[in-house]
Amino acid sequence: MPGATGELLLDWARRADAGPFSSVAVLDRVVYDSYEPFATLAGAAAATSRIRLATMIAIGPLRSTALLAKQAASVHGLSGGRLTLGLAVGARTEDFDAAGVEHKGRGKRLGEQLAYIRGNVDGDRVGPSRDGIEILVGGSSGQAYARMARYADGYAHNGGPPRAFAAAAARSLAAWSDLGRPGKPQLWGQGYFALGDAARGEAYLRDYYGFTGPFVEKIAAGNLTSARAVRDLVRGYEEAGCDELVLFPTVADIDELERLQEALA
Amino acid sequence: MNIEIVGAGPAGLYLAILLKKLDRGVDVRVLERNAPDATFGFGVVFSEETLGALRDADPETHLEITDTFARWDRIDIRYRGRELSSRGHSFSAIARGRLLEILQQRCRELGVTLEFGVEVEELPEADLVVGADGANSLVRRHRDFGTKVRTEGSKYVWFGTDHVFDAFTFAFRETEHGLFNAHAYPYDERMSTFIVECPETVWRASGLDEMDEQESLTFCEQLFANELRGRELFSNRSLWLDFPKITNQTWHDGNVVLLGDAVHTAHFSIGSGTKLAMDDSIALAAALARRRWDLSAAFVDYELDRAPYVERTQEAASESAAYFGRIASYSHLEPIQFSFNLLTRSGRITHATLGVRDPQFTRALDAWFGGRPVSPPPAFAPFALRGVELPNRFGLVPSGFVAVSEEGRVTPETPVIETWEPSGEHVLLQLGHAGRRGATRPREAGIDLLLADGWPVVAPAPKAYGPFGAVPGRSDEKEVREQFLAAARRAAALGVDVLELDMAHGYLLGSYLSPLTNDEDDRLRFPLSLLEAVRQLWPRVLAVRLSVTDWHPRGNTVDDGIAIARALAEHGCDLIHVEAGQTVHDDRPEYRRGFLTALSDRVRNEARIPTIVGGYLTTLDEANTIVGAGRADLVLLDVPETQIERPIRSSNTVLLGEVGA
Repeated sequence: MPGATGELLLDWARRADAGPFSSVAVLDRVVYDSYEPFATLAGAAAATSRIRLATMIAIGPLRSTALLAKQAASVHGLSGGRLTLGLAVGARTEDFDAAGVEHKGRGKRLGEQLAYIRGNVDGDRVGPSRDGIEILVGGSSGQAYARMARYADGYAHNGGPPRAFAAAAARSLAAWSDLGRPGKPQLWGQGYFALGDAARGEAYLRDYYGFTGPFVEKIAAGNLTSARAVRDLVRGYEEAGCDELVLFPTVADIDELERLQEALA
Repeated sequence: MNIEIVGAGPAGLYLAILLKKLDRGVDVRVLERNAPDATFGFGVVFSEETLGALRDADPETHLEITDTFARWDRIDIRYRGRELSSRGHSFSAIARGRLLEILQQRCRELGVTLEFGVEVEELPEADLVVGADGANSLVRRHRDFGTKVRTEGSKYVWFGTDHVFDAFTFAFRETEHGLFNAHAYPYDERMSTFIVECPETVWRASGLDEMDEQESLTFCEQLFANELRGRELFSNRSLWLDFPKITNQTWHDGNVVLLGDAVHTAHFSIGSGTKLAMDDSIALAAALARRRWDLSAAFVDYELDRAPYVERTQEAASESAAYFGRIASYSHLEPIQFSFNLLTRSGRITHATLGVRDPQFTRALDAWFGGRPVSPPPAFAPFALRGVELPNRFGLVPSGFVAVSEEGRVTPETPVIETWEPSGEHVLLQLGHAGRRGATRPREAGIDLLLADGWPVVAPAPKAYGPFGAVPGRSDEKEVREQFLAAARRAAALGVDVLELDMAHGYLLGSYLSPLTNDEDDRLRFPLSLLEAVRQLWPRVLAVRLSVTDWHPRGNTVDDGIAIARALAEHGCDLIHVEAGQTVHDDRPEYRRGFLTALSDRVRNEARIPTIVGGYLTTLDEANTIVGAGRADLVLLDVPETQIERPIRSSNTVLLGEVGA
């Protein structure tokens, strides 16, 4: 986010790694003052030793398939096998325009990318190894759930109250069962928080999600601005079957990590 | 703060009352195009749930409204010369005119300005503008709310009658042109609402499209003379209508906010419109109070609060509308099952919840279903078909995909019939040939991922399944037929009860059936001839697993799937295993709990063939409801591991140990 320096990002990852957290995750956007997700996770890989490194999510179709596979495999290799690769089609046309990529057909391309990475297509030519990359797929269409259950290990939800997550979890399980996958999908949820300066957090969300039109109001209203709100969300998600909950800061301040840790203690 | 509310229906007036109560200092004006005593429609219906909310929001009007209420707890279903009753449903209704009178009176007491006969051409200038002006809202047209309007359900017309019904009554009347139904309920001591409904085809065939208001009234009066006990129907601009389902992407824009029918409608057959509207008023007033008149924050709260509930209600209403649209296909059901199907149509009532409201009804259903005065719920009733007796409706054990040959395997791990053994009793042997979905990796990491060193795959047309899939060669039908016949012989020798031919999900036989994967004109040719051949030598239950729809714009539709099911039944199939999609990798599935139930209902009741259905059903209650209502004969449950106990933390144990010591 604007104001987040490379130093802050790495410090965040380092402290998360030393703390009680299990994953550190990044978002993806081109036309914004933000860091590229795979480059950031490569940096985080060097600064950490234990924690999982996740894209939540990366916009697959912005990248060429082989290059995406290579970037993901590189982060996976650099981190000693700690990558969780969350992929989705992305929502903002301006990101596609800026990257010089067609917005149309992005769903089909994401399907190809998943088949390419998970199917190890060209794997002997385009290394390093993709073995063991945990893959998540996001999106709310029936096709997104089918892609998830066909090629991935789990579902990446895009945020909201626990009941919205619960509905998505049921859809994920239905798709998983329909496509005959053994076991259960990993279910990842996400939320936003600002435990220090709530107004700054809200301003950031309004800016970041301004493109969604009136929907931005709902996203901003969901920002967790108290320890209690954080704990309620965690409990709600846990009850809804969430395996991993990613909480994104909305204020670029390292103290937010401390506050989050205290809220969760 | 000055507030302009457009529309003096229940939502607008009630909001005016609540806002004035919230702050006597605000100016509230309600603008209405019609006269104060003009009202369309006759009575409106409420459920008990709403009443509590009305009491808390404004005890004065609550008292007056409930004083004039007609109340009852019974639903009567009049069908095929029988009347069935179900109790425990807690309805109440009021004349719409009387409700408006009470609300108008209260508005005046509180100092709300009411202006009637005003057409609102432009958005009023005010701090807060409320669009409560109904389904055809003018306010909505002045801003972009992302409005969608679609027609749902059948043709309907709204009458009143002076026959006072003593229950919510659903009446069904067969005519030479098709089935009509009526929804009737009392709303005071003199009058009832009487809505007549029928599918558009029946409406046209009956000549109703060419009748005037009086002619259609007379037609309905004669049709339902028995229900009306010779009383009259009354018209109040009673014209045949299509129901508009309205949704909006956002419920507010700047200082303008929508509520009631202006922002969402719910098909009349679940009787929730007025309830939703007045609940909107309560939620909006509460949000404005909580946010101290910060409009944009309050609007977000209001929408976040209401949208999920409204969405669920609209979903249930659409299910109900669709049910009444295909009502003719249920006319073969016995009255008790027909009634249970009707009561559970929208998914809001299940076998278990009805059992709480009306244990007598579920007992009668269970008894009828089980064939004994005291019977367990429907899912526990035995099922007999072609000499095979299953002890219940959920215990058939699917084998998973068993290939007819090595080349017919999906993955290297797929069992082949030659070496397959049943795991126990009541096995559903699912026999298939993977076709172009064959030669893929084990399913743990994903599906449809091609093996590096697989085997050649076959299909009716040379199209690969999904990205990086193998282009299939032409299938050798003679060889495939021999493989299926040999497999059926082996299954017979193994004593299997139910043999299933897999014609679903884009496997070999399924890919014959779809225009997406077979360029032939007669796509049923090979699957049907194979079915007939297997039928010749297979004496017990023969099932077919079928993708009833391809979930694809150029693929088989549900109607196509039902036609295929009919053809399969004619060629010796005993049971359809209902599935959908996966014919191609890029279909548009609709996943949710019970996503195949509606398809099974249509296949069973339109093609009139027994069905088995899964589709992420996780509870016995779902099984009881589905089987009891005649939506399927057998179900496959996906029961999750249930964990209700966990170890007591060791610190506690230590503590107890210390106490003991």
